[in-house]
Amino acid sequence: MEPTFSLKATGRSANRLRKNRMAEIGAVVAAGVAIGALAILVGSVLVKALPALNLDFFTKGPAVFGETGGGIAPAFVGTAMLVAIATAMAVPFGVLLAIFVSEFASRRFGDQVRLWLDVLNGFPSIVIGIFVFALMVQNKIPIIGLGHHQSAWAGGFALAVIMLPLISRTTMEVLTLVPNNLREASYALGVSKWRTVLSVVLPNAISGIVTGTTLAVARAAGETAPLLFACSIFGQVVQTDPSVSVASIPVIIFEYSESPDTNLNSQAWAAAFVLIMFVLVTSLISRLVLDRSRRKLGAAS
Amino acid sequence: MEATATPQGLRRTRHALDRFGDKALYVITGSAAVLTLVIIALIIWKVVEGAWPAINKFGISFVWSATWNPVMEVFGAREFVLGTLLTSFGALLIAAPLSIAIALFLTELAPPSVRSPVGSLIEMLAAVPSVVVGLWGIFVLGPFIRADLGPFLHDYLGWIPLFATTPQQTGVLAAILVLAMMMVPITTSICRELFLTVPRDVKDASIGLGATRWETIRGVIVPFVRGGVVAGITLGLGRALGEAIAVTQVIGNSLRPLHFSLFEPGNSLASQLASSYQSAPTNIEISSLVYLGLILLVITFTTNFVAQRIVHRFEKQTGAR
Repeated sequence: MEPTFSLKATGRSANRLRKNRMAEIGAVVAAGVAIGALAILVGSVLVKALPALNLDFFTKGPAVFGETGGGIAPAFVGTAMLVAIATAMAVPFGVLLAIFVSEFASRRFGDQVRLWLDVLNGFPSIVIGIFVFALMVQNKIPIIGLGHHQSAWAGGFALAVIMLPLISRTTMEVLTLVPNNLREASYALGVSKWRTVLSVVLPNAISGIVTGTTLAVARAAGETAPLLFACSIFGQVVQTDPSVSVASIPVIIFEYSESPDTNLNSQAWAAAFVLIMFVLVTSLISRLVLDRSRRKLGAAS
Repeated sequence: MEATATPQGLRRTRHALDRFGDKALYVITGSAAVLTLVIIALIIWKVVEGAWPAINKFGISFVWSATWNPVMEVFGAREFVLGTLLTSFGALLIAAPLSIAIALFLTELAPPSVRSPVGSLIEMLAAVPSVVVGLWGIFVLGPFIRADLGPFLHDYLGWIPLFATTPQQTGVLAAILVLAMMMVPITTSICRELFLTVPRDVKDASIGLGATRWETIRGVIVPFVRGGVVAGITLGLGRALGEAIAVTQVIGNSLRPLHFSLFEPGNSLASQLASSYQSAPTNIEISSLVYLGLILLVITFTTNFVAQRIVHRFEKQTGAR
């Protein structure tokens, strides 16, 4: 009989392999746990939202006390209004800021602005709430004379402050991707700088602006904390006047979730479902747009 | 105008227009930049101004004074600071290893057909609003802790003070788990992107030398991106520190001193602010609440600043490679 050699690892090697196996299993289990928990989160929103999702939910105001049914139409209108106000303020501002940093500013100043935008992005949203409360709710705003009470203007402004860093950071990123030879070609044709920026650079960066905006809208639509301070005391009917406080989906979820009324609880789930769907769809769109523009600009340069 | 009819005149007006246009665009965009910095300064200023009466009255010892008594108008932030630190670092302890493990799973272990869909799914979950996570915390996680997880921990680990009391639906543990839930998608997607930057040949070299996958991860991949991972986790921590809504929904908002047991209700800086700012009756209480906001601002600012510095150093390092 010839001696047979075992190819099985022994001793130290076996130990190493065992350790490796354990680490791999650990990673798989961890991934499973976390993905499972996240799936349960989305799944339970879906399941618990179904009973309350009907036409009334989208078209009617809250039911009279003691009755079931009713909906959160005022919150849909309110959130649309708040996000529209915030977008109208934050987009032009964020884009102008990005243009300045990428086309005009010195490197040092640009770095400073970038740093502070990141700092602003890291501010807790509740601190933005305190700021807007002190600026526009507690006091009359100088010059415009608005305020001294909660309003959609104040809420929209708070959301705009949250959106600004997101929009201008993405826009900056895309502006730096615009190839320099496009700018140089434009200068060589005798076109002035401002025309170059407005009609050559910006059109090439439009997808980045769209991405930044949709991402920021997705974030702003779900922000609750600043609205508690700026825009949270509202009536039961659809309100379209921005100088008074309006209902909004996140604030409704927050209030209904703490209510003892199970009917309101399930409406909170339904509102959460709508919000999640909105957020997921918008961030999906923005991701697709960004990927496409990165590819396009990447190929051009 | 007559002068513009001639070619020279046309050129002159165009020159003037261009000069004006360049200057105008510079001024307009520049003022947007300056105004942004002004807004940031104004945020800090307004918070300091709002907190000023409380700063004047209680001084810096407010930060470590334990009493919060609206009736006697004596206020101190200690319990809230501790609550914020406990919930955030608790969440970090759970979320950091989980995120790194998921990221490793997604970049090294999972079959390629799983990697990118699951990766984008997790990235999208980072966008789930905190109020929805809080809602889930109240109605799904809370009952689960009271009925299943809590009793289990209490029965087997009850000798540790952390799990010594009867499990309740709202409490510090619920807040920790909710924050961990919010941190995992953020830190996982950062870690995943970092792990993807590790060059293939470095990994192949390690495998080629006979290292196991685990040894490659520990010896090659993790050291390669260590700075970035730390920064990513710190950014996630910053999010958790400042999170108000989801924590308010599940932590129980108790004004009693923080209990040793994680099952007991607690409070944090942000949740105390969110839950009592509107009902605060006296100016000094409002001002004290804003002081809490100021402390929160300082904590998150420091955390994010540290993260930025690490990222900066890390970028320099990899740029030099």
